[in-house]
Formats: sequence, C-alpha cells, structure tokens
Amino acid sequence: MKQLELIIAGFGGQGILSAGRLLAYAGMLEGKYVSWLPSYGPEMRGGTANCSVVISDEPVGSPILDTANVLVVMNGPSLEKFEKVVEPDGLIISDSSLVEAKPKRTDIDFSGVPATQIASDMGNLTYANIIILGKLLAKTGIVSRESFETALKKVLPAKKHHMIPEEMKALNLGHDY
Amino acid sequence: MSEKLLMKGNEVIAEAALRAGCKHYFGYPITPQTEVAHYMAKKMPEINGTFVQAESEVAAINMVYGAAAAGARVLTSSSSPGISLKQEGISYIAGAELPCVIVNIVRCGPGLGGILPAQCDYFQAVKGGGHGDYKMVVLAPSSVQELYELTVESFNIADRYRICTMIMGDGMLGQMMEAVEFKAREEIYHDDKKWATTGTKMQRESNNVTSIYINPEVLEKHNLKLQAKYRQIEQNEVRVETYNCENADIIVTAYGTVARIIKNVIKSAEKEGIKVGLIRPVTLWPFPTAAFEKYAETPKAFLSVELSAGQMVEDVRLAVNGKCPVHFYGRMGGMVPSQKEILNKIKEILK
Repeated sequence: MKQLELIIAGFGGQGILSAGRLLAYAGMLEGKYVSWLPSYGPEMRGGTANCSVVISDEPVGSPILDTANVLVVMNGPSLEKFEKVVEPDGLIISDSSLVEAKPKRTDIDFSGVPATQIASDMGNLTYANIIILGKLLAKTGIVSRESFETALKKVLPAKKHHMIPEEMKALNLGHDY
Repeated sequence: MSEKLLMKGNEVIAEAALRAGCKHYFGYPITPQTEVAHYMAKKMPEINGTFVQAESEVAAINMVYGAAAAGARVLTSSSSPGISLKQEGISYIAGAELPCVIVNIVRCGPGLGGILPAQCDYFQAVKGGGHGDYKMVVLAPSSVQELYELTVESFNIADRYRICTMIMGDGMLGQMMEAVEFKAREEIYHDDKKWATTGTKMQRESNNVTSIYINPEVLEKHNLKLQAKYRQIEQNEVRVETYNCENADIIVTAYGTVARIIKNVIKSAEKEGIKVGLIRPVTLWPFPTAAFEKYAETPKAFLSVELSAGQMVEDVRLAVNGKCPVHFYGRMGGMVPSQKEILNKIKEILK
C-alpha cells in the first residue's frame, strides 16, 4: 500500500486515539510522512472517539480525510457513521465482538476480528485495539511489526515497557487471525 | 538535527518557545489550545521559569506586558474569545513597543461560537483588533514542523523590532500530530534591551516604558516612529510560499491548514487537466503583496479559500488590484471544505 488513509473509530476509552498514534509513530520510524488528527469536538466526553491517520511516501496534504481507504470500527455506531466514506476497493476492519452488523457495501473488502473476545481471553481488555491493528498490518503491510514494536518503546513510558511482550503477542494474534 | 518526534502542534509551540529562551508563560485555559499551558506548567518549574495560570485573559496579557517591560522573552496563548479579551493589552503593548509572542489557536465565532477550526479572526489579527494605529506581525504556519520554526522565529522578530508577534493557527493544527525535528541549537537574536525596566541600581538614568504621551507633538512623533518601523518590517519580514503558479489556469490563495487541503486539490485538478497554483501567505501581516503582483496577470482568476465569510480575500483584491478577477470560497462554523467542493468551485469559475 502506497498511502494509508485511515479512520479509526469507537467509544472513548477503547484506545482509539492511542492505536492511531502508535501506527503513525511506526510509520514515522520507517521514514514515511505521517499525520494523526483526533476528533476533538464536544462529543468526545464519554461518547465516541475517532482519529484520522495518514501514512504516505509523500508529504501529507490535508490531515482531514474526506474519504479513507481503510476504516477500523470498534463499535456499531461508528460503522454506520463512517461506512460511506470508505473508497471503493477500500478495507473495513471491525471488532466483531462488539459490532454485530456487517457493512452494507459490497465494493469493499471486509474483515471481522473478535478483538475484544481475544483480548478478554488474554485477560486484558485493553489489548483489543492492538489486536485489531495486527489485522490491519496483515492486510495492508503499511508498517512492519518490528517498527510497531519500536513505536511501543517510544510511546509507552518506561514503567510500562514490561507490557511490550504481551502487546506484541496481542498484535500477532490479530495479525494471524 | 536531532531525532524525529511525533508531537501535537500545541505541545510543539510550547517546546519551541522554551528552546527560543522563553522563560515566562502567562495564560488562561481555553480549548483548543490548552495543551500549550499544560506543557508549560510541567516544564517551567524545571528551568526556574514562571508559569502562571492567571485569573483571566486580561490579567494574563498584562502580566505579559510586565515581563516584556522587564526585558524577558514571554509567551501567552489563547483562542478566539480569549484573544478578544486581550485586545486592550495588545494595544498597550504595541504603544509601549514591547516584544512578546501571542498564540491564537482560532476557533469558530462569533461569541463563544464553537471549538472547531476557523480562520475568522484574520481581520482582528491583521487590521488591529485593539485601538490605535498599530500592527502585529502575524505568522500562519501550516504544518507542525513549521509551527516549531515560526514560533522560534516569532521571538526573534519580536525582539528585533520591539513588536508583538502572533502565531495564528486553528484547532486542526494545534491538535494534530506530525513528525517534528528540533535543531540542536536555536539561532537566537540577542538584544541587550537597554530600554528595559530592570532597576537602575543608581548607576544609570531610569527607563520609562509607557504608552501614554499627553503632548500631541510628542505622540505624533511616536506614531511616526511606529509607522516607520512597520514599513521596515514590510520590507524585511514578508514570508510566502508560491507553488505551481507559473502558467496556472487559476491561482488559489489560502493560509494555514487550508493551504494543505489546496495541495491535495492541485493533484486532483492536474488529473483533469487543470493547472492550479497556490500562493500561501506565511506572514498575514506583512501581507505578501509582491507575490500577487508578480502573478496578477497570468491566471484566468484568483480564488481565496478560507474558513471565514471572506476576510483575507480583501487583501488579495488589494494586491491583485483589478488586474484579474478574484473569487472567494469559504466555510464557517467549524465546517472544513472538502477537496471535491473546492475543485467544483474551481471548475465553475473556469467554465
């Protein structure tokens, strides 16, 4: 994939913003141009959260995405809201533990990953966002898993570095699902 | 250059100010720029600097006046309604010729309005939101890297001319993360600020920093001096990016984050055989008039795209001076135009 134009959306607290940030960081570590833009409207408090991430070989124009070539949704309302902005031949990945509906679109590629269930089996629900990113890496190859691991080291504070092996396990479970 | 970091625009403003030798920050929180204050609250104690969350924006700007009068590099930041409150102080700072930097991460108005991106404070910034014949240097970065570079430079410009400089962005720029590379060492303009009120220690005449001149002859002379300074800034400090303008069918003009959208539009227009140029004013004042004069007769039309009802377009018209039709397209209320709607507008103009 030459240019990733990604929207990640879900509930506040699901790690939507940090998932986008980790991905952007990994892209930057691979020498690509990146931007990360959170929704910062009043709906953020206790409600939905989304962010736009661009990873590209060329300088990023607008960080606001009118259309996306990949959409990750971690709740039902987000699928409904953003399904229409996915470009034809684009990709939608959903957390199928939480999103019962499937996309209505037939001109896109769709993957459902029961990320929250897998995370729950691992004993830590907060890995759901990482599991779903694993699937995104497998489908798009936009960044390597090695770069993602380095991004974790850069983004997480030192006191959380002991969690990195588990985070990578989560990433691999999503990657190979 | 050091390693690349992924940082939020607002945090980069604060880091850049610290690297430029700013040791004093006075402000009052308001979305979407509060991260500037957060960052300063954390960092200032580490360098024995001053962080004050003032009781209001009015208090904060007067603290800026005080610190600047004492010769310090000083920063305040706010967003539109807060910047309105600071206008009296800004006029006094201009009258007293004090160097300082003010950040306005603009939100949509009027009134409390909303917190989403807007460019509706252009008039206030470049035409003088406060009273009196004064100017501020207004810088409008469009990327996080440029936000860093221009914030450092804004302190140099402020000290070089004893003027207030404003960094004007919007929530998109303040909230977004991009890669930024800091220089190992900043180029800082050093001025001994002999005029500052630092205490005479009984060894020199006292300095007087003021904006009051009751005698009309003296006040007119003071005003003429200010105007001469502004003309000098117009000569020396214009910054502009021109892109794809040679033989363009149409030249779009936009600043800040909107210019980034235009760069995408340029690519999609190219696919349809339309050559779109871009003039991006980096300094909103002084306005890059010469860039417009240079290209005034080449395109079929100019189009100013703004997150406003049409503000910068007035300066574009003055600069183009009737040599070419000037059109406008804008969105308000925090709405950001899509690439498609801008391209449609371009096609409609060229039809």
